Amino acid sequence: MDALMQFLLSGMTVGAVYALVALGFTIIYNASDVVNFAQGEFVMLGGMITVFAHAAGLPLPLAALIAIVLTALVGVALNKLAIEPARGAPVVSLIIITIGASIVIRGAAQLIFDKQLHRFPSFSGDEPIRLLGAAILPQSLWVVGGAFFIFIGLWVFFTKTLTGKAVLATANNRLAAQLVGINTGWVMTLSFSLSAAIGALAGVLVTPITLVAYDVGVGLALKGFAAAMLGGMGNPKGALVGGILLGLLEAMTAGYLSSQYKDAVAFIVILAVLFAMPQGIFGAKRTERV
Amino acid sequence: MLSVEKLHSAYGRIEVLHGVDLEVNSGEIVTVVGANGAGKTTLLKCLSGIQPVTGGRIDFRGEAITTVPAFKRLARGLSQSPEGRQIFTNLSVEENLRLGAFLFSDERVTADMDDAFAMFPILKQKRNQMAGGLSGGQQQMLAIARALMGRPHCLLLDEPSMGLAPLLVAQIFEVVESLKARDVTVLLVEQNAFGALKIADRGYVMETGRVTMSGTAADLIADPRIREAYLGI
Ligand SMILES: Nc1ncnc2c1ncn2[C@@H]1O[C@H](COP(=O)(O)OP(=O)(O)OP(=O)(O)O)[C@@H](O)[C@H]1O
Ligand SMILES: [Mg+2]
Repeated sequence: MDALMQFLLSGMTVGAVYALVALGFTIIYNASDVVNFAQGEFVMLGGMITVFAHAAGLPLPLAALIAIVLTALVGVALNKLAIEPARGAPVVSLIIITIGASIVIRGAAQLIFDKQLHRFPSFSGDEPIRLLGAAILPQSLWVVGGAFFIFIGLWVFFTKTLTGKAVLATANNRLAAQLVGINTGWVMTLSFSLSAAIGALAGVLVTPITLVAYDVGVGLALKGFAAAMLGGMGNPKGALVGGILLGLLEAMTAGYLSSQYKDAVAFIVILAVLFAMPQGIFGAKRTERV
Repeated sequence: MLSVEKLHSAYGRIEVLHGVDLEVNSGEIVTVVGANGAGKTTLLKCLSGIQPVTGGRIDFRGEAITTVPAFKRLARGLSQSPEGRQIFTNLSVEENLRLGAFLFSDERVTADMDDAFAMFPILKQKRNQMAGGLSGGQQQMLAIARALMGRPHCLLLDEPSMGLAPLLVAQIFEVVESLKARDVTVLLVEQNAFGALKIADRGYVMETGRVTMSGTAADLIADPRIREAYLGI
């Protein structure tokens, strides 16, 4: 029982990180139909920039803020330099461009920073909190809380605000969006910066637990992508649920089987779910008439 | 209100508008008729800014808008209900209408939406449904209503009768005619030349990227050449 609780808690923590990455996917996908495989790099940049800014003597909150803002700018640059010039290209080409961009960002990070593993102190100390017979790090609560907070924010943004709907409209029909007065170029800039900022925030929250190095983005992008697909690409609720589910699956597999199998089991379950529900758990059933 | 001078436009290297001249005065319903591929849609796309212009000029309400980006033209009072309806299929009917008034956030938005529902009651019934699930006729109504939510001085309509049953066509033409009473100037592109000329003040005939004839709607309907080529009489 205690073991189960322990696995649940650690699964929630990892799942919250996946959920944050998946939420980042959601935003860019909603605005442009592009799956941005550089999403993991945003997480890495969030962690790495905070590490180095903190090491340079800045207080942690300021270092984190700088990391989030700089990463958002990288997101904007990715859009302006790589995605926008290729507008009109098939979505597959754009996705390949994002894979290329992730390689470039990773390479740059390796040069600008280094190849070491880094961390900075946890926000609220490293004293585990006892919870129903299991122990949880205070930092884990930060991660889970952060994911939940961002989820609520995005949900409100996309369903309650006109700007959020303008993002959805731009993705659905760019021409029509322009005809109703939406500056679709600005919507893209907004989406990339928001998505990058959320990725960076995930990096800031999780680095004290998992540590960060220039190459952590690859795995995170894959897991976040899997989580988003599981929940239903484009749906914030799907991103959250998909992320948490994936985290729990991994933790259970690692706990009860072996951590060797955790990736494999997770992906098998996802494949099975997608086989039964190709649109993911919350995926929109597209009803379009021609 | 709207004045088009020697307008040229091309898809890649292929020019499809070869110097179109056209004038729409305030309060008029003006129609552009012509066969498949004459360039009517291209002309409207140039006017709303989603198709680049390669020569000539467009003046709207006394200002040149030839190079104004598409998303800024609605704010100047030029709205378009495009060919193929182009509604936001995965948003609700109500959200489509709300986005039509994207530029506004005052109380008039609600009043305008009630207006739209009064104009097309079926949209009110379906207000919470995904727009992609509407029938063709309902989508057309939504496209027109959305364009009106932007409070246009001038509305560009591209083939609102396309693919609709005769009864619906009549209803749509009635609505277009009623826009006069709302001080909305209309530029109506149609293959259904007879229906369009019946409600229009003036008309232009386009053939392969040029205006080949123009005049009052009554004169055009009476012209034997038009009767033979476009009215099937
Ligand atoms: N996206 C495009 N790319 C290349 N050529 C195009 C494109 N759209 C239209 N054309 C060509 O431009 C010409 C004018 O087309 P346009 O759609 O403006 O005609 P139209 O009068 O609206 O015809 P319809 O009555 O069929 O709607 C045609 O020869 C057409 O083949
Ligand atoms: Mg056309």
